[in-house]
Amino acid sequence: MDGFVRVPVREQDAKERAKNFREVCLGYNKEEAESEATRCLNCKNPKCVEGCPVSIDIPAFIQQVKEGNVEGAYQTISKSSALPAVCGRVCPQESQCEGRCVRGIKGDPVSIGKLERYVADTAREMGIVPEGAKEKKNKKVAVIGSGPSGLTCAGDLAKMGYDVTIFEALHEAGGVLVYGIPEFRLPKTSVVKKEIENVKALGVKLETDVVIGKSVTIDELMEKEGFEAVFIGSGAGLPRFMNIPGEQAMGVFSANEFLTRSNLMKAFDESSTTPIMRPKKCVVVGGGNVAMDAARTALRLGSEVHVVYRRGEEELPARKEEVGHAKEEGIIFDLLTNPVEIHEDENGWVKSITCIRMELGEPDESGRRSPVEIPGSEFEIECDAVIMSLGTSPNPLISSTTEGLDVNRRKCIVADESNGQTSKKGVFAGGDAVTGAATVILAMGAGKAAAKGIDEYLSK
Amino acid sequence: MFKILEARELTTNIFQMIVEAPRVASACQPGQFLIIRVHEDGERIPLTICDYDRDKGTVEIVVQAIGAETYKLSHLKAGDELADVVGPLGRPSDLVYEDIEELKKKKIVFIAGGVGTAPVYPQAKWLKEHGVDCDVIIGAKNKDLVILEDRFKEVCNLHITTDDGSYGRSGMVTVALQDLWNEGNKYDHCVAIGPMIMMKFVCKLTKELGIPTVVSMNPIMVDGTGMCGACRLTVGGEVKFACVDGPEFDGHKVDFDQAMNRMKLYKTEEGRLYLAAKEGDSHHGGCGNC
Repeated sequence: MDGFVRVPVREQDAKERAKNFREVCLGYNKEEAESEATRCLNCKNPKCVEGCPVSIDIPAFIQQVKEGNVEGAYQTISKSSALPAVCGRVCPQESQCEGRCVRGIKGDPVSIGKLERYVADTAREMGIVPEGAKEKKNKKVAVIGSGPSGLTCAGDLAKMGYDVTIFEALHEAGGVLVYGIPEFRLPKTSVVKKEIENVKALGVKLETDVVIGKSVTIDELMEKEGFEAVFIGSGAGLPRFMNIPGEQAMGVFSANEFLTRSNLMKAFDESSTTPIMRPKKCVVVGGGNVAMDAARTALRLGSEVHVVYRRGEEELPARKEEVGHAKEEGIIFDLLTNPVEIHEDENGWVKSITCIRMELGEPDESGRRSPVEIPGSEFEIECDAVIMSLGTSPNPLISSTTEGLDVNRRKCIVADESNGQTSKKGVFAGGDAVTGAATVILAMGAGKAAAKGIDEYLSK
Repeated sequence: MFKILEARELTTNIFQMIVEAPRVASACQPGQFLIIRVHEDGERIPLTICDYDRDKGTVEIVVQAIGAETYKLSHLKAGDELADVVGPLGRPSDLVYEDIEELKKKKIVFIAGGVGTAPVYPQAKWLKEHGVDCDVIIGAKNKDLVILEDRFKEVCNLHITTDDGSYGRSGMVTVALQDLWNEGNKYDHCVAIGPMIMMKFVCKLTKELGIPTVVSMNPIMVDGTGMCGACRLTVGGEVKFACVDGPEFDGHKVDFDQAMNRMKLYKTEEGRLYLAAKEGDSHHGGCGNC
């Protein structure tokens, strides 16, 4: 193989996978990984590392893969990332590490994500775990939320020797990794659970079923339970709706509800005790990664699926890989289309949705061309379910119960990007709770920065 | 895991349990609820809190076995454990934020229906502890289904009504309320907790009588923290999430018909699971209920 083309990664056949919840991407084997690793030029000034929000020493781990030293590669990655098997799967590498790869100028960039996944998966099969702290510091830190930012922050602090407890509101740790991202993109038992076990193996304690702001407040954690610093990584979990007529009909769900039922509660499995609607024909409103996840979940539950998005293909915020996978699986994209009204039948169930065609006008403040309705272009799509995937915003449970914690007008916690410091002494924050809904890896980067910030604060 | 310390059947199909849940017990207020999972693969079930003991770190729940998971729950005994107990969830009742002296001037009536009697108890008890009197009307189908009578008697002026007249007054709670009103009880404030259909008709009556009325909504929920939106309701034309904006709302503004309709969403699926749990492999459909 010449150096311009990457080693292709094996995937489950599109027709086959459209009917099951097993992982789509099968990953590299040893031979494929070592072959792909030889494509890395081991640049003196590696741009890929600059593109990585947690600054993994990418050329170093790839050289170790090339040499067949998976354990070494794993420890190299682990210095910077607590969740390599997750990141290898869900990071938008095309706009980060791989987007900066010199190989990409005249061909395919090195498949850094797939190599990271190979290292993490192989290390797990070999029973390799990350190295913990040599010396313990006698200081307690509370981490709120066990999603990507919380796990990263907790892992880093534990490696520095802090006594860390993660508080999780749900019954299972992982945040969006368990409730949001589907099994077919991110296996829960074999991947997510194992990565969380690795974080716990560093000495991190985990208390599930604790809703901070309800079960106990941040002030109580600091004043009564002896935590000297707190990291808030509570994510952006509140769903948005469109506020159009008919949105309360039976069969209209937030993507969060649909995905939580399927992923966290395992409702995709018919033996699950939690029910889920299995639509015949459903409309997913939105064009982000969550919309793709909801659409592909509905498809696997047996539905014909239409993705309705108000802008065009170029503007779809979802990763290209996800859009591609969705199309291969048979999801229909109704682009430049926006819902106007949902209609219910005589029993209150969704029977159709009226949409209107859109065209792109002038760029708005986000730089994207804003969609404008084409008058008189309304049309109806018959369907029995509508899944709203319009983005999420941070949950106000914590900010509204913590005195002195500033939020901005979007209810996001205000925190210093460099160290996570909030307006309240000893309280740090990062991830979607600060930025609004973003990506797993950006949240991890924020968790990492906050761990450093907390260490500096507690070392004073 | 959360240990069950006491478990008993209060009446047909209604069970009372005292569970160790120190964080919930130390933080909960009247009006709030919790979510449990019976076992590792269990559904998340929202339940009302009937009582709590901060010193012992326990909460008391009262559950009606109506679905597959509550049926399994009803078979647990003291010493067994629940996989999860999380809470307290939702906003405390507005009563706990009001000025006690102002409350003392008000004539307050609670209307409790069926298993909804349980969440009324901590509110009545809280008022009693703060020196505020209240009336409570408990409605049940018949004498056997009246629960918590003795405990209510200690904290309020209790009126019981049964649909069949087998105990106390005769007729629905709305009849009892109207009668009490006619007997000279000019209530200033009403709290109704029970089946949605009961709350709907109580609100219809209290609107006519001009009594401000609070209801506690119990729609379908998943996470209980505002994340899924399954529990959304229309209140005064606005969409609200029962789990974080409620569960208590101004009953005169709630769209009950819509809320009742939304309860049907998973009915058949849950019914099937209930029968499967109850009858095991022997049930193969055809009963007309599944």
